[in-house]
Amino acid sequence: MRIGLIVNPVAGLGGAAGLKGSDGTEVQREALARGATARAGERAAAAVRALLAARPDATVVTVPGPMGEAAARAGGAEPELVAFAPGEPSSAGDTRAAVRALAAVDVLLFAGGDGTARDVLDAAPGGPVLGIPAGVKVYSGCFAVGPAAAGLAAVEFAGNTTEAEVVDLDEQAYREGRVSPRLYGTLTVPAARVRLSGRKTGSTTAAPATVEGIAREVVARMRPGVRYILGPGSTTRAVGRALGSEGTLLGVDVVADGVPIGTDVSERALLDLVDGHEVAAVVSVIGGQGFVLGRGNQQISPRVLARVDELTVLATREKLAALGGRPLLADTGDPATDARLGGYVRVVTGYRESVPYRIVPASEESVG
Amino acid sequence: MGAVGESFAKLPIEAKPPLRRFHQARWDEPIIFELSSPGRRGIGVPEAGVPAVELPAAVRRQAPPALPEMSQLHVLRHYVRLSQETLGVDVNIAVGQGTCTMKYSPKVNDRFVSDTRIAELHPAQPEDSVQGVLEIYWRMERMLAEISGLHRVSLQPNSGSAAIYTNIAMIRAYHASRGEGEQRDQVITTMFSHPSNAACAKLAGYEVITLMPDADGHPDIEALRAAVGPRTAALMITNPEDTGIYNPRIAEFVELVHGVGGLACYDQANANGILGITRAAEAGFDLCHFNLHKTFSTPHMCGGPAAGASGVAEKLVPFLPGPTVEFDGERYFLDADRPQSIGKVRPYLGVTQNVVRAYAWIMALGAEGLRQVAETAVLNNNYLQHKILQIRGASAPWGRRRLEQVRYSWEELYEETGVHSEDIGVRAADFGVHYWTSHHPYLVPEPFTLEPTESYSKEDLDEYAAILAHVAEEARTDPEFVKGAPYNQTVHKIDPTCLDDPEQWAPTWRAYVRKHLS
Repeated sequence: MRIGLIVNPVAGLGGAAGLKGSDGTEVQREALARGATARAGERAAAAVRALLAARPDATVVTVPGPMGEAAARAGGAEPELVAFAPGEPSSAGDTRAAVRALAAVDVLLFAGGDGTARDVLDAAPGGPVLGIPAGVKVYSGCFAVGPAAAGLAAVEFAGNTTEAEVVDLDEQAYREGRVSPRLYGTLTVPAARVRLSGRKTGSTTAAPATVEGIAREVVARMRPGVRYILGPGSTTRAVGRALGSEGTLLGVDVVADGVPIGTDVSERALLDLVDGHEVAAVVSVIGGQGFVLGRGNQQISPRVLARVDELTVLATREKLAALGGRPLLADTGDPATDARLGGYVRVVTGYRESVPYRIVPASEESVG
Repeated sequence: MGAVGESFAKLPIEAKPPLRRFHQARWDEPIIFELSSPGRRGIGVPEAGVPAVELPAAVRRQAPPALPEMSQLHVLRHYVRLSQETLGVDVNIAVGQGTCTMKYSPKVNDRFVSDTRIAELHPAQPEDSVQGVLEIYWRMERMLAEISGLHRVSLQPNSGSAAIYTNIAMIRAYHASRGEGEQRDQVITTMFSHPSNAACAKLAGYEVITLMPDADGHPDIEALRAAVGPRTAALMITNPEDTGIYNPRIAEFVELVHGVGGLACYDQANANGILGITRAAEAGFDLCHFNLHKTFSTPHMCGGPAAGASGVAEKLVPFLPGPTVEFDGERYFLDADRPQSIGKVRPYLGVTQNVVRAYAWIMALGAEGLRQVAETAVLNNNYLQHKILQIRGASAPWGRRRLEQVRYSWEELYEETGVHSEDIGVRAADFGVHYWTSHHPYLVPEPFTLEPTESYSKEDLDEYAAILAHVAEEARTDPEFVKGAPYNQTVHKIDPTCLDDPEQWAPTWRAYVRKHLS
């Protein structure tokens, strides 16, 4: 079995330094100046130790130097190295190039945070990947709960995969006290759900069957003549799939009578599509903070929401549990709209299962 | 010290360590079907002195049953080995299965059920020949009606969850009788209620609405206000919930549901914290259920045959499962003429052995004794909570007073060491004790749930707390060691992912052969 390994050597630098992230060379330099040490290599080595303990015959395939080889050796592996020339200092482009260089592996492990996951996503890996959590922000669902779990899930991979969301915060906004999570896409990960990160993350980590159940419930309740706005996210996309269309992961679709009538639409197109009809909006929770409106779905604007007769939120029970009792948040940019949305919303958690859950204007809730 | 004591004191016996050393037996025992050998027999039965009667062809088996063929010794050895590979309630300090901790099952009650007058009863005997058993059923029903404050109680259900299902079946029949069966298609429950409520409601065809806890750890009453309406069939709720927190507004919950025409059903599977202190009827509930194995000391029987009891207010009496046990002042009899009954929920009367055990337990304690059970259970829990919260890294979310159990959190320990609650539980098993985390999903991070009941002594609780304190310390000094546990157990790590894969399930040997050997 061949396990690929990539380490983002600067992941996690900003955390201990109180910088809330490590994106960009300036921030990395500042973190080092504050005495921070990178921990990604150490955590990757722990994953290698665990995978070799479970499967001593596994081959670790990686790139030379600090982006893999060092951690592989520290974890006790005799790695197979592929040709690769990283830039100096290390950058996002290196991660993408390394992913492409390691195309021929069974599972690709990468140590980093949400930013690293985005780089992996950008490189469009050909096979399943799994994150070793080593970043400051780990909101994405493509990470294992810990380094050892990542190593074990990799060597136990037997072909079953699932889609996990890649979510990242705008770090600059985060430093200024605003939490602004955004969904970037999905990665294919081994379907070892108990070992996927489930607590801090707001992404899809429940069994695929749960998401299908949610989608079936939404479809079962659809009424003729009603225009359904489907927000971004893998849960809402599952609704589109249940109706037989592909759906847009990052955009907004409109469905009527079981048929898509608008795909990846703008606010203007939305307004045209819903004009003169009964309208229902179906959105999911973006990221771990509880945002349902105003993060990644700005197309569903205050003007659109003024036309919406019924708002339904989709979330697995795991996702609601991860909120730790905090309310769902609306931040549409219009305080009056946010205030009008406040109260209890129906959150569909499975087939014929729901939770009435509190939603508040984001301005009333301090998040962080 | 006497002469004998002095001579013993000189013997080189090493002092015991502070924590018990333990190693579980490990037998690599095959499945009993794999031990079968054709023609092998236990006891040869001598030929009867009366002529054999030919059974009608219709009831005769076409082929002999595919049972294992074994000698008595091999059967005995097999099951004794298996019993050594479990952490049963009779060998461990079983306070770690909060929400479902088993209390001590007094052995004297086993003598009653092994008495030939119970053990050799046939379930189809004529009523006149079983007046004593019918009397026990009738009196037991009256006692549980008094304990719950409700009108009548059925002892037919096979288990606690079967009692919950019986209740939802009666709720459905009640609304149907009023022409509202179609309209009322929603059941409301709470995240910290016993999950069988949601499961049974769903099995009965209802849509399930679950209330999350509010900032105080109580179910969110505002969410209930948002959820109730003309579609509400019932509220099915546990109180105190699995957190051990008693909902002080429970009567308001019931009123809100009654206000829209729904019924309120009280899950009293675990009544250890309230026995003799408060009753379902006092909060206005229409139905309730008890697990006889949970509160009334009978053995759990590993998922059956346990025994459950379903209690109902007067307006639901017509829907009780039948036949009911009745008394006309002179004799006890079965009444099957109940046209609105939901019918039988199991064959015959119920799990008689457990009804007899629970009856004996209640009779031995009396009303004051039952109240003392609850008071001792709460006192024990307070004591254990005090001990647990002294362990660095352990906490009890919401900081509220608990009754009979606490859902604790190892969140701080996890943040410090990366060791999960599951890891702690597996390591605790190395010391011979059972430990449980929580139902899913985990609302309390890194949860564990302890419930001492009234059965366990101060020394037991001290020992249990000392084990957890020791493991927490191990997590700090050598987290990988804790994560590598168990070391002294029958089996090593189990991959739970197979539980989500129906292709791998094999609840019977036949299913195993079909799925894995053919």
